[in-house]
Amino acid sequence: MSIMANFMGWIDERFPATETWERHLSKYYAPKNFNFWYFFGSLALLVLVNQLVTGIWLAMSYKPDAMLAFASVEYIMRDVEWGWLLRYMHSTGASAFFIVIYLHMFRGLMYGSYRKPRELLWIIGVIIYLAMMATAFFGYLLPWGQMSFWGAQVIVNLFAAVPFVGEDLSIWVRGDFVISDVTLNRFFAFHFVVPFVLVALVFVHLVALHHVGSNNPDGVEIKKKKDANGIPLDGIPFHPYYTVKDIVGVIGFLILFSAVLFFAPEMGGLFIEHPNFEPANPMKTPEHIAPVWYFTPFYAMLRAVPPMFGSQFPGVVVMFGAIAIMFLLPWLDRSPVKSIRYKGMLSKINLAMFAVSFVVLAWLGMQASTPAKTLLAQIFTLLYFVYFFALLIIPKFEQTKPVPERVTE
Amino acid sequence: MKKPIFALLLALLPVTLMAAGGGVKLTPADVDLGDQASLQRGAKTFVNYCLSCHSASYMRYNRMAKDLGLTEAEVIDNLMFTTDKIGNTMTIAMTTAQAKQWFGNPPPDLSVTARSRGADWLYSYFTGFYVDEKRPFGVNNAIFADVGMPNVLWELEGAKRAKHDEHGKIIGYEMVTPGLQSETEFKQTARDLTAFMVYMGEPVQMERKRLGVWVILFLSIFFVLAYFMKREYWKDIH
Repeated sequence: MSIMANFMGWIDERFPATETWERHLSKYYAPKNFNFWYFFGSLALLVLVNQLVTGIWLAMSYKPDAMLAFASVEYIMRDVEWGWLLRYMHSTGASAFFIVIYLHMFRGLMYGSYRKPRELLWIIGVIIYLAMMATAFFGYLLPWGQMSFWGAQVIVNLFAAVPFVGEDLSIWVRGDFVISDVTLNRFFAFHFVVPFVLVALVFVHLVALHHVGSNNPDGVEIKKKKDANGIPLDGIPFHPYYTVKDIVGVIGFLILFSAVLFFAPEMGGLFIEHPNFEPANPMKTPEHIAPVWYFTPFYAMLRAVPPMFGSQFPGVVVMFGAIAIMFLLPWLDRSPVKSIRYKGMLSKINLAMFAVSFVVLAWLGMQASTPAKTLLAQIFTLLYFVYFFALLIIPKFEQTKPVPERVTE
Repeated sequence: MKKPIFALLLALLPVTLMAAGGGVKLTPADVDLGDQASLQRGAKTFVNYCLSCHSASYMRYNRMAKDLGLTEAEVIDNLMFTTDKIGNTMTIAMTTAQAKQWFGNPPPDLSVTARSRGADWLYSYFTGFYVDEKRPFGVNNAIFADVGMPNVLWELEGAKRAKHDEHGKIIGYEMVTPGLQSETEFKQTARDLTAFMVYMGEPVQMERKRLGVWVILFLSIFFVLAYFMKREYWKDIH
């Protein structure tokens, strides 16, 4: 035996290194027909690591103090060696994370990746999404600009809409009667720790994925057709095939990411909002408060619901309902087939309308509300929810196409 | 290949939709950050006319010297009035309490104003002062109504009176007291000052773009290699 084999033998007796490597990479069989949409899982992992690493380095120079926070960000931008790069990697990364995750989730919707036996995989994913939103929300307060401050003020005030205990609840969340130094401190603490919960959840997500196996654009279970050695006929080892493929995806992504980071880090005020270059001022409300783009679909839904009995609570319920309903998705879809490829026209229209609603709501959430725009927001909020319930009903009317035995090209 | 394109469009849609935005019409500032002479003139105007009420407390003098192609001695002799240390930032002697008492609203720090307001806004603001006897300082501003600041560039620009149409909209100006500079010269002064403030908002921006070209070039070559590596590995799949 070579020295290397000896060494690995010694390790493997004490830690399942080779076994783990094989189970999750070199002998994890993934369907061979992954397309473009399957890049976003590995890209999400990449962006998560980017956020963690740049975040820890930013925390080394950032000061979570209402008197110092804004200036410490500018200190990072100007006086810390390569601080500007760290900061832009982090701020661009935050938006990139949501773009990648939205596309990753859309992939799941298209190919029915939430269907049996992947219900838990999907649910863990939705929890990850919630943890991501919490992290992003905490993080957005930290630069302590006008949008940081007023955005947080608006969102924390949502808690005040809860009947009976709302007012006390919002004070408890803020630790003060307004967003203040106390709030900034606790948001920093949460912004630092929740990402590690996120990492744990991602680990569980991967464990679940590798247990049930990956879905694919055809929605065919490759484990049903195995060769004599028990290897799926349509499966190929993740390593090296998908590692080399994902490298191409990663570099393609990095090219787009760098284009934003180096040439348009503010992305025209979308990724870093212009009013956030004014220090937080509790005495001066900005003309127009809008959350960052990745929250605006839900913000539009919140504003679309009129107050009832003098309370904003129904809007809050609708907004959180838009996310909560995702948990039910695996049981709402009653189609006999998984993938959109083999569903009928109604299903395709339903999915397209859902995507359009999400984008339109995102846009509406950035705009100052007018009666016409509120009406639009109401229509598209309705359409957003229609998607989920239509999944329940459409199969009753729709002819599906025959699903092939094996994956197609 | 249609689907990836659709995905990208989907991702970029909010960006294209954001282009709209209301308010007063701004004049394009048309600044050139590659023009060091312009930035140096802007810096001079800034320290002479702005930096006594306003601070720029994130901008260091020696950083400015380096980025604007000036020696530290040149900066110390010509551009430093509020401190004697080249490593200091552009702070001012006036305290916030004093500023509040004298101006009502303390004049804001200008380090990153170009990033919150934008270059075109700044340029329109500098060139937008007109005589208005109803205001405490005798001037008003076309894009910042009832501004609490005097026209500090008055001696350069002179004083102009606004011509209004029947709806009260400003349609032009008429010079009442000429300044030291002609209209063209003053526009250049305003442009230089805007350029300097844009630079000051993010001193690293020119270096960032220079570096970005190399990063993307490197990644593009890497992309081609990675693509061929993938193709080589995947030859036997199908």
